[in-house]
Amino acid sequence: MSTLVDYDDALSRYEPVIGLEVHVELGTASKMFCGCPTTFGGQPNTQVCPVCLGLPGSLPVVNRAAIESTIRMGLALNCDIASWCRFARKNYFYPDMPKDYQISQYDEPLCTDGYLDVSVPTPDGEVQVVRVGIERVHMEEDTGKLTHTGGATGRIHGADYSLVDYNRAGIPLVEIVTKPVTGTGALAPMVARAYVTALRDIMRSLGVSDVRMEEGSLRCDANLSLAPPGEPWGTRTETKNVNSLRSVERSVTFEIRRQAAVLDGGGTITQETRHFHEDDGSTTPGRSKEEAEDYRYFPEPDLLPVAPDPVWVDELRGTLPELPAVRRARLQQEWGISDFDMDSVINAGALGLVETTIAAGADQAAARKWWLGELARTAKERGVDLADLGVTPVQVARVAELVAAGTLNDKLARQVLEGVAAGEGEPDAVIAARGLVLVSDDDALLAALDEAIAANQDAVAKIQEGKVQAAGAIIGAVMKATRGQADAARVRELLLERLGA
Amino acid sequence: MTDIVRMTATQLVEEMAQGNLTSAEITRAHLDRIAEVDQDIHAYLHVDREGALATAAEADAARNTGADLPPLAGVPVAVKDVMTMRGVPTTAGSRILEGWLPPYDATVVASLRRNLMPILGKTNMDEFAMGSSTEYSAYGPTRNPWDTSRIPGGSGGGSAAALAAFEAPLAIGTDTGGSIRQPAAVTGTVGVKPTYGAVSRYGLIALASSLDQAGPCARSVRDAAMLHQAIAGHDPRDSTSLAAPVPDLVAAVREGDVRGMRIGLVTELGGEGYQPGVEQRFREAVDLLADRGAEIVEVSCPNFRYALGAYYLILPSEASSNLAKFDGMRYGLRVDDSDAGVEQVMAQTRAAGFGDEVKRRIMLGTYALSAGYYDAYYGQAQKVRTLVQRDFAAAFADCHVLISPTCPTTAFPLGEKVDDPLAMYLNDIATIPVNLAGNAALSLPVGLAPEDGLPVGLQIMAPHHEDARLYGVAAVLEGALEDTWGQPLIEKVGG
Amino acid sequence: MSAITRAEVVHLARLARLDLPDDALTHYAEQLDAILDAVAMVSEVAADDVPATSHPVPLTNVFRDDTNQPCLARAEVLAQAPAAEDGRFRVPRILDDEEPA
Repeated sequence: MSTLVDYDDALSRYEPVIGLEVHVELGTASKMFCGCPTTFGGQPNTQVCPVCLGLPGSLPVVNRAAIESTIRMGLALNCDIASWCRFARKNYFYPDMPKDYQISQYDEPLCTDGYLDVSVPTPDGEVQVVRVGIERVHMEEDTGKLTHTGGATGRIHGADYSLVDYNRAGIPLVEIVTKPVTGTGALAPMVARAYVTALRDIMRSLGVSDVRMEEGSLRCDANLSLAPPGEPWGTRTETKNVNSLRSVERSVTFEIRRQAAVLDGGGTITQETRHFHEDDGSTTPGRSKEEAEDYRYFPEPDLLPVAPDPVWVDELRGTLPELPAVRRARLQQEWGISDFDMDSVINAGALGLVETTIAAGADQAAARKWWLGELARTAKERGVDLADLGVTPVQVARVAELVAAGTLNDKLARQVLEGVAAGEGEPDAVIAARGLVLVSDDDALLAALDEAIAANQDAVAKIQEGKVQAAGAIIGAVMKATRGQADAARVRELLLERLGA
Repeated sequence: MTDIVRMTATQLVEEMAQGNLTSAEITRAHLDRIAEVDQDIHAYLHVDREGALATAAEADAARNTGADLPPLAGVPVAVKDVMTMRGVPTTAGSRILEGWLPPYDATVVASLRRNLMPILGKTNMDEFAMGSSTEYSAYGPTRNPWDTSRIPGGSGGGSAAALAAFEAPLAIGTDTGGSIRQPAAVTGTVGVKPTYGAVSRYGLIALASSLDQAGPCARSVRDAAMLHQAIAGHDPRDSTSLAAPVPDLVAAVREGDVRGMRIGLVTELGGEGYQPGVEQRFREAVDLLADRGAEIVEVSCPNFRYALGAYYLILPSEASSNLAKFDGMRYGLRVDDSDAGVEQVMAQTRAAGFGDEVKRRIMLGTYALSAGYYDAYYGQAQKVRTLVQRDFAAAFADCHVLISPTCPTTAFPLGEKVDDPLAMYLNDIATIPVNLAGNAALSLPVGLAPEDGLPVGLQIMAPHHEDARLYGVAAVLEGALEDTWGQPLIEKVGG
Repeated sequence: MSAITRAEVVHLARLARLDLPDDALTHYAEQLDAILDAVAMVSEVAADDVPATSHPVPLTNVFRDDTNQPCLARAEVLAQAPAAEDGRFRVPRILDDEEPA
């Protein structure tokens, strides 16, 4: 087990440099180089053909949609799109790789030199924007899936043999590699997480991948090194296959604490790949090789160069939706709210819901209030996403409208939303069925008020002495008697009138 | 009537059209011939008697309905064992693929089927097409029908020998550095390497992807043109396949004319190292072309002297990667010690399944691509490739076609070079430049060398996409030679 | 430029997954050295300003549409496998857990 240094302690002495390599499976209908389907969960080896099985004589042909998706990714990440580039073969033997080489891109990636701005909350409640440089975005093909059989654990160690399913082999992957990210200090793990989150959101909004992380369609390798401030960068480790947003943050945190302990002890960091363990958030070294890998890259002779016409690239640029960060900035400005309030909306997953609710006529403050308050609480209780609560923006806008018109007060409005969320129908139907109407009819209110006055003579005396705040007790009694449906403001007016105060 | 098996494809087409012969009769005659002579020649690794006869029956039935048939319908053909054929053993001459039954047809095989051409079987070859003598086949060498103590050329010695031994009227070959042309030259047959991309590589078990090209083997220029026409054309499964329509090659044969044509003799492809009898027959053929009205000029392609070196870096590099897939995991041989891990099983399988020459080239290619050597070897070889292309471009700016001897010598004795890889490689010196540049070339028999009585080939080279020029020139020269001889050269085989 | 060592040949054999006995390694070291000597003439060419040619025909942008094509029948595929189990290819145990990138 690794020795760890306290996190804040580590950051007081060392500056971290992070780098992230993210692989995402593209959501094309067919594989990168053949017409086999890419659907997840098929019977093993039923989505294979001579090409993706690497049978002797077979040849790859590039999927146009995969190229387009990669170019759109590159554009969304502010990259330059190569005017000419080639695929390359990466040669190494492994039983999950049918040809014993992977078709990838090496020194001629399709997209280079971009950036992505990510927002990270700081400990003092501010939001810091960090620009993550993008080194490259390139295409490659996925490998098959190994199952280890025999032995106790189903893991690779101690297995008697392995079984291979090549359904996944040849599914298009896009690899996005960052430049080294420096100067983030203690925020490094959160920057890593925010970056992967932002990438995921971009890919979803582009429609190039639905990024099902639970199915392994996004895989992240996290590089980290430490050095005392002002010193040259330290030796880095690469933690492989960190496959959830939370794990990205945890693995970086762990490596900071572990490497700091090694360096504190006068040790040196070994350049190595490490494995991340979901159970305890630790990383352990992969078995180190006696010799460095030599992938013997060379241009793939079976595939022709890709030379995107600028006209085509511009067409693709025209298909880009408004990207998440741009949209957020625009909405924040339109609504005129603080960074903090905006982050609350985003963190609640309510951005689209609030936007649509406002479009349906609600005031922005009301829209935020209902989604982040009552509805967020209900969603949390039920353990579902806000969007899956069964309440629509139009319904929330209707409730906000009724509150603004004075037909409902907040208490009643909460009950209406509760009813809508419980499947009792539209807001007006819930109001009718539950009889949730604000009582502002003076006769009805006066009857209740007189009873309350009679029962609260102490309070009456205080009010008449000028202690107007004592009115609360009487108003409360009226509200109680009307089961919350009294218009509290009118009750107050009537009370003061009655007592001539 | 001439013996069926000695007829050209052109004659067989005519006999079927006249109703004198059926495809079944023709196919059976060839199967009988194979049964009779192949134990001496060993041109075939696998004979598909049932499959061939089934296609023959299909062709005959189609003819009986009076349907419009493809030109070569019913004419049998042999296929080099480097092409996949669904359910038919395909080994590429290697032990590592022994017993493999591919689940799919190569595009060329599919084209032959679509043309209703009975496929007689799979022909012998150097293992994974590495070699110039067919001696590197894991299943034993093929012998040259002109002299069974001699090699039939390689790697496609099986296809060429099958033609020369009258075991097939037509055959499919593949040419990475001369594997169609050199066997054609040493067996007195015609072999064509089309422009790179003219014939699909889908289903061709790759040796060197940027050099490999399938093409026709035949006993006459016209037969080769017909087969070329049948197998060429765009294939969406091969990214490097040419989209342009296939020119009418049979018309090019019919209309062949060299009058006023400038034909370039490549200075660098001759002289030292070329057998005197080869040079003599070559010069006589050049004189015939001049007689028929061609203007003969000398051209120099100075970078051709580096072609062999570049070729023996590019080829092993690509081959080392292409042959990685033969690892004993998914098909073919597996050598498995019960306790070995996967890496060891792969290494044992490959050591046992590959022959000496294949291992040598895999090691060479692995070296040429490895870190620290890439620029000096593979990178530099790719630059030489550019220079060879430029030499061709300059020469073709001046000449319609270029010519040279196809190879420096006639068929050498079996065993002579089998342990001397460098001597073996030199055989390809005249054929390699075309593969590096990707243009088209044809080998035509131009006589027997006086000193050994063995066939000599002349190579005609044309620019990219100008395959038709090859056939025009070859047809004129073939006609002129046959006028001199009074009969096709092939009639002298075995005599 | 060449002079390939026996140690290099051992390394190459491992990279290429060829399990070669000692005498073969020595034999290949000699032969590769001779071949490399012969092909080393490519380095004589002054070609600094010459572009490399990786593809013999200068085509670009050959793509296929993103549509599905029929797959192979699993039984036919697995019938060719040296070993299969549960619809999958069975392969020997993997001792080296250093899964490549």
